[in-house]
Parts: sequence; C-alpha cells; structure tokens
Amino acid sequence: MTTTVTTGQAVAARAVDVWKVYGSGEAQVIALHGVSVELERGQFTAIMGPSGSGKSTLMHTLAGLDSVTRGEIFIGDTRLTGMSDGDLTNLRRTKVGFIFQQFNLLPTLTAEENILLPLSIAGRKADPKWYETVIDTVGLRDRLKHRPSQLSGGQQQRVACARALVSRPEVIFADEPTGNLDSRSGAEVLSFLRNSVREYGQTIVMVTHDPNAASYADRVIFLADGQVVDELLAPSADAVLDKLKGLDAKVESAADASQAG
Amino acid sequence: MLRATLKSLLSRKLRLVLSGLAVVLGVMFVSGAFVLTDTMGRSFDSLFSSVYQGIDVNVTQKPKVGGDQDVGPSQQGNIPAATLDKVRAVPGVASVTGDATADGARVIGKNGKVVTTFGPPRLGGNWVGTSDLLQLREGRAPAADNEIVVNVTTAKSAGGLKVGDDVGVLTLQPGKKVFKLVGIFGYSGDRDSLGGSLEVLFTTPVAQELMLGEKDVYSGINVTAAAGVTNEKLRDDVAAALGGEAGGFQVKTGKQLTDETTKSFREGLAFFNNVLIGFAGVALFVGTFLILNTFSIIVAQRTRELALMRALGGSRGQTLGSVIIEAVAIGLIASVLGLAAGVGVGVLLAWVFGNVSGVALASVGVPAAAVISAFVVGLLVTVVAAVLPALRASRIPPIAALQEVATPDRPLTKLTVSGALIGAAGGTMLGLGLAGQGDNTLWLILGGVLVSFIGVALLTPLLARPVVSLLGRLFSWSVPGKLGRLNSGRNPRRTAITAAALMVGLALITGVNVILASAKQSLSSQASTQVTVDLIISGDGDDNGPAKFDPAVMDAAAKLPGVSSAASEYWDFAQVDGNGTGISATPDMAAYASMFKLTATEGTLQWTGPDQAVIDTENAKKRNLTLGSTMTMQFTRGEPHQVKIVGLYQRSDVMGGTIVSGDVVKDYRSAQPSWGYLRVSDGASVDAIQKQVDQLLVDNPEVSVANRAEYVDAQSAQFDQLLVMIQVLLALAILIAVLGIVNTLALSVLERTRELGLLRAIGMRRAQTMRMVTVEAVVISTFGALLGLAVGTGLGAAVVRALKDDGFTKLAFPWSQMATYLLLAALVGVIAAVLPSIRASRVNVLQAISHD
Repeated sequence: MTTTVTTGQAVAARAVDVWKVYGSGEAQVIALHGVSVELERGQFTAIMGPSGSGKSTLMHTLAGLDSVTRGEIFIGDTRLTGMSDGDLTNLRRTKVGFIFQQFNLLPTLTAEENILLPLSIAGRKADPKWYETVIDTVGLRDRLKHRPSQLSGGQQQRVACARALVSRPEVIFADEPTGNLDSRSGAEVLSFLRNSVREYGQTIVMVTHDPNAASYADRVIFLADGQVVDELLAPSADAVLDKLKGLDAKVESAADASQAG
Repeated sequence: MLRATLKSLLSRKLRLVLSGLAVVLGVMFVSGAFVLTDTMGRSFDSLFSSVYQGIDVNVTQKPKVGGDQDVGPSQQGNIPAATLDKVRAVPGVASVTGDATADGARVIGKNGKVVTTFGPPRLGGNWVGTSDLLQLREGRAPAADNEIVVNVTTAKSAGGLKVGDDVGVLTLQPGKKVFKLVGIFGYSGDRDSLGGSLEVLFTTPVAQELMLGEKDVYSGINVTAAAGVTNEKLRDDVAAALGGEAGGFQVKTGKQLTDETTKSFREGLAFFNNVLIGFAGVALFVGTFLILNTFSIIVAQRTRELALMRALGGSRGQTLGSVIIEAVAIGLIASVLGLAAGVGVGVLLAWVFGNVSGVALASVGVPAAAVISAFVVGLLVTVVAAVLPALRASRIPPIAALQEVATPDRPLTKLTVSGALIGAAGGTMLGLGLAGQGDNTLWLILGGVLVSFIGVALLTPLLARPVVSLLGRLFSWSVPGKLGRLNSGRNPRRTAITAAALMVGLALITGVNVILASAKQSLSSQASTQVTVDLIISGDGDDNGPAKFDPAVMDAAAKLPGVSSAASEYWDFAQVDGNGTGISATPDMAAYASMFKLTATEGTLQWTGPDQAVIDTENAKKRNLTLGSTMTMQFTRGEPHQVKIVGLYQRSDVMGGTIVSGDVVKDYRSAQPSWGYLRVSDGASVDAIQKQVDQLLVDNPEVSVANRAEYVDAQSAQFDQLLVMIQVLLALAILIAVLGIVNTLALSVLERTRELGLLRAIGMRRAQTMRMVTVEAVVISTFGALLGLAVGTGLGAAVVRALKDDGFTKLAFPWSQMATYLLLAALVGVIAAVLPSIRASRVNVLQAISHD
C-alpha cells in the first residue's frame, strides 16, 4: 500500500512514486518503495523514521543529489529526473539550499565569505537588504570576519544556515542539522529555522531522528521500510515520540512476523 | 605489524605509483648510464682488438709533442726508411711493413662539403695490400700517384662515391688535391670501417709527402713474427736492435697497443659516465623532495591508523618501522623497475650511438655496477626521504590522533633558522670554491650548490605564504581562482617542498643560462672594443685543433684592393720548456698586434729575426720570464727551437699568452694557418671584400669568412648548443618535479573530498572545480619557477663574478629566456593539474558529504 500525502497548497517539491534500489540480486536493497510526497511552499517539514527507513535517501533524491530508480522528482515546476549534471548544478545554484550535520564550511574562508559562497560561485550579488536581514537573524554580525575554526559549533551551523538562506532558494534541505550540537545551540538553530519559515515564507525540509527537533516543524512525515507510513501536523514532541514508538513496535512485529514466517 | 603495513601499502596503489615513479626515473638514469658505457666499452674492446690484428710488433718514433694527458693527440715522429731494413735484419722477423698514416685526410663530398665524423679520425695512409683484415670490395689498388682507394664508410658518407670518380682531398699539405678513385675497401666480418674511421689510402710516396710531410719516411713499422718466436721476445729483440730507449723508438706488441688504445677510450667513457651520473644525481635529488612530500602526506593521512596501532600497544619503534618498511618496499620495487628501464634506455642509446658512429655493438650486458647502484640509490633515497615523516608520525600522541584533533600548524621558526644556517653554509662553501684554487674547488662548488639548495628548500615554507598569496591575486578574479589560491596557501610546508623540487632543476638551468648569456655579452663587447678586425677567416676543428686553410689565400686576400691590413695565426700543440700546451704563431706580429690592440710594455711587438716570441706580462711573471729570456719549444716535427722573448704586452680579455714568430710553423703538424684577420680601409665596403675573400676560399671548404658580428654569433651558437644539451639532461629533473605537483594535488584532492562535495552541492560546476585545482597547481609551479629563477640568477651571477678575470667582463641576464621558463612553468602547472582536477570534478557529491 502506498500512502500519498497531499495538501491543497502550492508545492515547492514533490516526489511521485519514487523507487530507489541499490545493488541487484541477493544484495538488492530497496531504499524507497514507491514514495509519493508533496512538500508545500512556506512550510517547515520534518522527515522522520527509524534508521534504514529511507529518510535520508528521500531527502537526497528530492535535492537532486541522488538519482532515482523509478518515478519523478519536481522542484517547483522543474522536473529533476533525467537532468544532466550541468542542469542539476544550475538548479542547486538557484533553487536549493543545504544545511549539513557536519556544518561543511570551507576552512579557508571567513564566515562572511562562506555565507556568500553559493552566490559568488554562481556569479551573483546578494540582495543587500536581504543579506542584512539574514545576518541579523542569525546574530553573526560581530563574527563575520572570523574563520570557521574560530567559531563554536552552534555559530558554525548558524553560518551554514545563513549560507542556505541568503540565495532565497525554493527549498532548503537540512540533514540532521542539530546532530552535532548541544541542546541549547540546537534549540537556537531550530527556532531560527522556524522563524525563517514563519517570517519570510522559506520552505524547509529537515531530516531528523530527534522528536524534539521535529516538534519545531509544521508537519512531520514518518517513513518506515522505504514507505511513507504516517504524518502529523503541528506536532508536539510527545506526539512525535508516541508515533515513533508505535512505528518501532510495528517494525519489530513485522520483523518478528517475517522471522516466524 | 608487517602484514598490517603491507596491506595498507597495497590499498593505496596510486600513491605507490606516484612516489615510486620518481625513484624509477632516477634509478633508470643511473643504471642506464652504466649499461651504456659498459656496452660501448666492450664494443671498443672488440673493435681495437681487430684494429691491430695481424700486427705482432709495432715500432714508432717517440712523439715529440704530446702523448701525455695534458696535450691533445700525439703525432708520431717520422721514421726514416732505412730503419725498416734494420728491423728486417732482426732474427725472428717474418715480414716488415712501413705504415705512413696520419689523421687529417679530409675527403670533399658530393655536396662540396668536407665529410665530418662524430669523433672517429679521418685517416690518410699508404696502400700496403689486402690482408686477412682489409679486403678490396670494388675496383683495384692504387698504382699511380693520382689514384686513391677509400673505405666503404668514406664512400657512403661522401654521398656515394663510385669507382672512377674524381675526389677532392684536403691533406696536411696546403691546398685541395684531386685524385681518381680506383677502389673501395672494407674489413673482414663485412665491416665498412674500423670504428667509423674514414680512410683514404694513397700510394706510399704520396702518403709520405701529403700526410707525413717528408719523402721516404714512415709513421710506424708493423712487424710479424716468424713461427716459434713469441711477440714479447721479438719486441725485445727489435728494441735492442734499434738502440733501446735511447734510440728514441717505442716498440710494442699488438696486444699492448690494443690495451693502451682501449684504456684511453675507457677513460673517455668514464668521464661521459660521470656526466650522466651527475645529471642522474640531480634527478634523484629532486626525486627526494617528491618522496619526502609524499611520505609526509601519507603519514598525515595515516595518522589515525598509526595512532590506533599505538593505542593497541604498538611501540614507537614499530610505528617508525612500519613507515620505513613501506619506504623499503617502494624503494625495492622502484629500483627493480628503474633498473629494467635503465637497461632499456642504455641499450637504446648504445644502438643509436652504434648507428651514428658505425661501431659494431658488443652484446648487451648488465654490469654489476648498474645493479648495485640501482639498488643502493633507489633504497637509500627512498628510506632517507621517509625517515623524517616517520619520526614525526611516531611522536604523535595516540589519543590526539584518534580524536582527529587537527594537527596545529607548527611554527616555522625552527625550520627557518636551520634553513638560514644551512643556506649560509652552502653560500660560504660556494664562495670558497669559486674564490679558491686547487683540487677541491670543484667539490666545494658542487657541494656548495647542493647545500644551498637544501637551505633554500628549508626557507621555502616561510616564503610560501607571502609569495603564494601575492601570486594568487592574479587568479582571484574568479571564485574558483580565489579558492585555488587559498588552497595552495593552506599547507605552506607541502606547497614549499613541491615548489622546491621544481626550483632545483630550474635554478640549474637558469644559472647556466646566466653564465652563458654573460659570456656572450662579454664576447661581443670585447669584440667591439678590443678588436679592430673587420673580417675573420676561420672554421670548426677536430681533435687535432682548429680547421686550417691554404696560406696562399691570405697572400691573395692581403692584396685585394680595400684591404688595409692582414694577419694570420697558426696553431698547434707543442712542448714549451717541457710542458705540453697549444701555441700560436704569426708571421707578421706588428699587424697582429694592431688587430688586437696590443701594445708593448717592454721590448717590441714585431719580429726582427727567426725564433722569437712575445708574451703577456702576467704569464711572464708566473713563469719567471723577462725580456731576453729564452724558451725551449719542441714542435710536432724537427728539432727543438730556442725561442727568445723580444717583447712583453699587457694581456686583454681576448688575447693573452705566448705568440711565436712565423718561421717555426714549418715544424708544425700542418704548416697552414687556422685564422686569418683582415682590416678594411675606410670607405671600402666590408661586404664586397667579404664576397671576394669567399671566392678565394673556394678550395678550402672547411673555413669561411665572417664579419665581426657574424663571427661573434657563430661563437655564441656554441653556447646555445651547450644550453640545449643541459636543458635536455635537466628535463628529467623537471619531469620529476611535475610528478611531484601531480602527486601533491592528487593527495590534496583526496584529502578535501568532503569540501569538494560541498562545493558541488552548493552549485559549483565541474569546470569551476577543475579551474580551482588548476589554479592551485599553477600557483605552486610558478612559485617554484620564481624561486628557481631567483636562486639560479644568484648562482649564475656568483660564478660570473668569480670568473671576472677570465674574460667574463659583463654580467647579463637572459630576461626573455627567464620569462619563457616562467610561462612554461605555468603551463606545466596546468598540465600537472589535468588528472587531479578531473578527479576532483568527478567527486560523488553524495558520498563526499556523507563521508566521515
């Protein structure tokens, strides 16, 4: 059974019956099992699921970093499936932003240069007003000339957030953005992400396994065994935790059942 | 532990190949040199053993000049024909043949040019009939005085001479002689010549007159022994009959002759071998930088692995051992490959040499020296280069490495101080060597250069930061360019060593270039200020000295309307007060002195009688000679001359030494001038006279007439050839340096996989990624080139300064050449970046960013 999750609003990114299969024969692993999702514009969506549920794969395919075995991916109206490397690069320049668990800042550049890097690679200038807004929002004004090695983890991740925001992409994909942060810095980053959705209408898709982090999102999609199994709107941490527990139980019983069978 | 090391080694094959390649190339050069000289040595052995085949005992007159190492080839004294009868009367002699042969019979080819060789002599001799060795291939023996035979090689080299052709031959007597070719001969074993020698055989009287300069004399007597008489006994008997040592004869067995000739060729080969090994040394020195760098990077990448080993109980010694084992393994493999490649190169070069020279090659062998040097050099260089990084690795505290605490960039103070000290030591050695005299000078200079290089290499990291950031500004107009620049400044040590490798080769080339450019500039400035010659007649020479021409030409040229003054110069080897030296003579000292602006400080600069000489004041002082002193001069022929000094002059940059009066040239090997100097009167056209002199030289194809500028250019052309040769030989060092850049980039790309992934993820195109890596390479290579140019200019200038008194009056910098090197270095950077940048652009984004 495939659950298709839809809402009526404008769609920033969507996956249509996406399959992702690794290897072949005995070693074949099906990471995505006919997933269809639509991610609305101006929403903060979290993708959750146990390890191996396919949540990271789904995000990578949505971002155009990984190809799909079958199905289609759209960002806005653009169909990613079958695009050349050059076109994908163009798409990443203009429509996608990334935030990684490992921050991934260039150690040779200052915070400011790191923030402006995607724009300068594309040969574009930042909108000065928007740039100022972003800098103030992330609260890095006095740290702009510092190099990553002189910043704390939380500050580095805020630089990474600013880097993703500054080009005003269609979607920002955040892969466990708080995974490497203590809870206070994590909370800072998450509220900052939520604010940019609320105040500036930015679309953000975040993969996480932390129910607390997911509670900052507007909507949580649950994946298990490469399929979308459930979702929650305006979740609380407890609600998310309950759902996850239920999922784990389901997965365990399914595993037991398959062993018994 | 050993197994863990070997496994880790095998898992990094690319790294193995790159660091091994430098060793392979260096070892290839060393062992190739040994194989080449060994093969050539044995080829000459077998060649000379057959040259003297059929000669049991040989008699020659003791040479009057030379025959020792400090003078050129010896010219045997002439043996009177009567001596043949004396030898024939010795009991045990079966047959006696008089040989009238000398080097210097030059055949004029079909194209009107003199046939030349790459070293083998051009012999003119007398026909004594066919033998087991010498076979007539076509035609018949020479019977009349206008008939000659030549060997097959001569006929071929002259453009296909045929029996019946009229052939022009230049001999030791003035003027071109024309002969009818009646036969072509070769040697047993289907050989066209003996060792590529060109041979012209005349009838005996003609050979005696043209090649020996006298009637009824021989250059040597070949004797065969009767049955039952040993060669050694016959030799002693013949020597006794001729009056022993006191008789002035040298009597040797054929075997002795073979051994002596072989020995002198072997010495020549040994020198050649040393030159090749010197260049191999440079290549290996550069290779050491590459290996050092590779191992530093390898160790840096393996820090965690090594730390884990230590955490699990490995000792420091074991950590050190594991890196050294890796070095030994690479060294061994590279030595084997280098040896194999060296044998190939040696054989190839020997084959080329054999084809060019016509020497039949001996079978190829691999001498023990090649094998031993290959392994010693290969292993030593690799292990030495690996020890430093290994020591560093063993000092890393295991926990620091496991936690992947970025090793902080250690301060460069220690490195800088030691670099400055070593550099100063090298500079001092170089200075002492250049200033000093004696046997150790060369070693001091070479050692000084080497130590200076090491010093500069140690200082390079300090220079790297400012210079690289300055250089990088050139590329900072684009984001990839800027990132590339930042990357190249990231690890100053690594950038520095990579650039230093390129520095060594370029510094040597630039140094030589500065010296040669200064020589050229000095030459042309001297030619314009210290010489008042308008036209110069001269030609290239061979082992026997510069080319010569008919003195009649000078007489005719002096009489041309518009020629105001003429002087000729003769040249030959001579013994002066027992010392071998080359000596010049001129018939008209006054004209000669005015051509070279020489003025007398004592006495007079003109001849008032025979056997007179002038000498410069410096040489006179050195040899304790004053006005009126006499020198004993023995020329190639005749009795010693007592030459009296009639004048002293101040030496100039172009002219110094002893000049002897023209009457002595009748005892020269060939009484023909080597240089003719003409001055044109004001108002006359130099061009027109040059054309007329050209006409006069029509029968003297070995020389030509040039105006002053042309002459200076022709002399400079020799420097250019030398430069090309040195560039070719140092190209290997440069190639290894390029491999170093490739290696550094490849490993940097590997290290920065995650960054590359990120850049691609946030929108960097493949082409931009490639540009980023290329800029890094170009920055490194131009940095190395700048260093090399700076160091080379310094070295060259130092040498030129030191040689100030030897005619290097001007210091010149070959700016355009240097600019070319810089551009080439940038190009080299681009080429070196090709593979690493492709690799960087192919980074799988997903794997790169999820890679821990």
